[in-house]
Amino acid sequence: MQTIFIVMAVAIGVAVIVFMSALLLSLQANFIKRVLTSQPHIQLIPPDEVARPLREPASDRVLAPIVQRPAQRIRSIDQWQKIKSQLSEWPDIVTVSPTMTVSALAVRGDANRSITLIGIDPEVYFKIVRVPDYIIAGQPRVLTDDILIGTELAKDLGVTLGDKINIQAATGSSRVLTITGIFDLGNKSANQRTTYVALRTAQALSNLVGGVTTIDLTVPDVYAAEEIAQAVQAATGVEADSWIKTNVQFFTAVNAQQISNTLIRVFVGLSVAFGIASVLIVSVIQRSKDIGILRAMGTSQGQILRVFLLQGGLLGFLGSLIGAAAGGSAVVFWHGYMRQADGSELFPLILEPSLFINMVLLAAVIGVAAAAVPALRAAKLDPVVAIRG
Amino acid sequence: MAENPPVLRLDGVCKSYNIGTPVEIEVLHDIALELQRGEFVALIGPSGSGKSTLLNIIGLLDRPTRGRLFIEGRETSKLNDAAITELRGHSIGFVFQYHYLISAFTALENVMMPLLVEHAFPNEEMHQRAHDLLAQVGLTQWENNLANNMSGGQQQRVAIARALAMNPALVLADEPTGNLDTKSANTVFEMMQHVNQTNGTTFLLVTHNMDLARRCHRIVEVVDGRIVTTRPTRATA
Repeated sequence: MQTIFIVMAVAIGVAVIVFMSALLLSLQANFIKRVLTSQPHIQLIPPDEVARPLREPASDRVLAPIVQRPAQRIRSIDQWQKIKSQLSEWPDIVTVSPTMTVSALAVRGDANRSITLIGIDPEVYFKIVRVPDYIIAGQPRVLTDDILIGTELAKDLGVTLGDKINIQAATGSSRVLTITGIFDLGNKSANQRTTYVALRTAQALSNLVGGVTTIDLTVPDVYAAEEIAQAVQAATGVEADSWIKTNVQFFTAVNAQQISNTLIRVFVGLSVAFGIASVLIVSVIQRSKDIGILRAMGTSQGQILRVFLLQGGLLGFLGSLIGAAAGGSAVVFWHGYMRQADGSELFPLILEPSLFINMVLLAAVIGVAAAAVPALRAAKLDPVVAIRG
Repeated sequence: MAENPPVLRLDGVCKSYNIGTPVEIEVLHDIALELQRGEFVALIGPSGSGKSTLLNIIGLLDRPTRGRLFIEGRETSKLNDAAITELRGHSIGFVFQYHYLISAFTALENVMMPLLVEHAFPNEEMHQRAHDLLAQVGLTQWENNLANNMSGGQQQRVAIARALAMNPALVLADEPTGNLDTKSANTVFEMMQHVNQTNGTTFLLVTHNMDLARRCHRIVEVVDGRIVTTRPTRATA
């Protein structure tokens, strides 16, 4: 009966860990996927323009000591094609996409809206931001006179597929473009402001023909983005911002989630360990006479030690098998039961086999570790004292 | 060393407790004793005279403070714990006042326990050995009964069979009949005598029952931690 209770206690502990871990892992992966499918992992931007104090060439005397920070013009990244070629060779970088970002007004009749015009090479850019996945009308085609706009902007301007809108850049250039696709990025503000045009179109509107304002990168390991960004900055001299740096709050939340998950694991693991240890200590006390007799019969201290360690390991192993199955089933059931308002799943569930394998192994190790104190106590029992009771 | 060394030899054995403290107490003083192969010796003495302490030392469950102890000619004072455990397992069998059988096991499984300690996994030879021993103590028909479903006398006979499992040279019996009625006590004692005569196993029997002691080959009396008399009985004559 005692054994059944402790196996159940271990099972409940493991089930909680499996349930929590699978849930948080899936949630986290879903959040990261959402964030990283609408932005690059690393973005290269031209360094800020800096004003220097005016000095007299002969004496190096400062002539104008008050230095005002200059307004930042839209500038192209120097030598961007060379940088692009250089980064394309890096093993840590998957995609390199030069883009041109311009502020503009979208005008249709009396209505106008302030927009961000992103000039892209769709072949590579769509590998970074999966715009085609968000298209709800039309197609993700971006030729020279095409534009993709968000649902909110379409609503505000009263336009639909095939309609033409006048784009007036801050530089004074303007162009009439045809709407070939309408997308929904899942964010109202983004759907109001973000638009996509061909790179060449954006370059023409910004009066920076042949230039780009950013180079977007993706990397295989999203958590290594900051380190890679620093390496890129050091190698190219261009400012490189990782998604971790530009989404500090999000990343902090992800880290906090990971820490809380780890803490839950640690405390549940500790409670499981103390449960096993207490049961085994009671077992040693209850069986001290048997242990004494076994010692009298020639059982070595090592054999007694191994018996109790094995018992601890088996309790952990058995409990974790049951717990892993129960936790896995519970999270699958919960995921199937909890749906969004439209009936679709809340987020894709990730059940990695390694989670179950690691939990079973970990519980067995915890069982052995928890059995160490009772096992040592049993092994060191003086047979005379044990038999006399 | 003699060709046939005594099964047991104690030479100037002393045992003290609380050594080095103001309350140090010596409970065994200069014990000298020899048991030959095939002897059946009774160890008697009043309660608190040191019989159990002496038995624990002889059984290698405890170590003497001074003196030497030989089991089948092998000096034990310099042996480490592993060697002591091994020697105890092979050369000495124990029967206690309480049987200490494992209640969840059958009589056969209890008798097999010392063999399992030695070999880890049961085999046919072990079954046969346990079966033969139970036959020797007259319990063949009870071998598949759980230990706690047997009478006190039967349980003690199973304990004797278990003590003989490793074919030890010496069996130490600490008041094995103390908890039994006269009839059962007599049966258990006769079983031990039978084993002693059949196998030549040496027995050292701690008892308060003088009738049983007189049926042994020799009586050794301990008083206040000293052997005060060693005398043969009429049974020897």
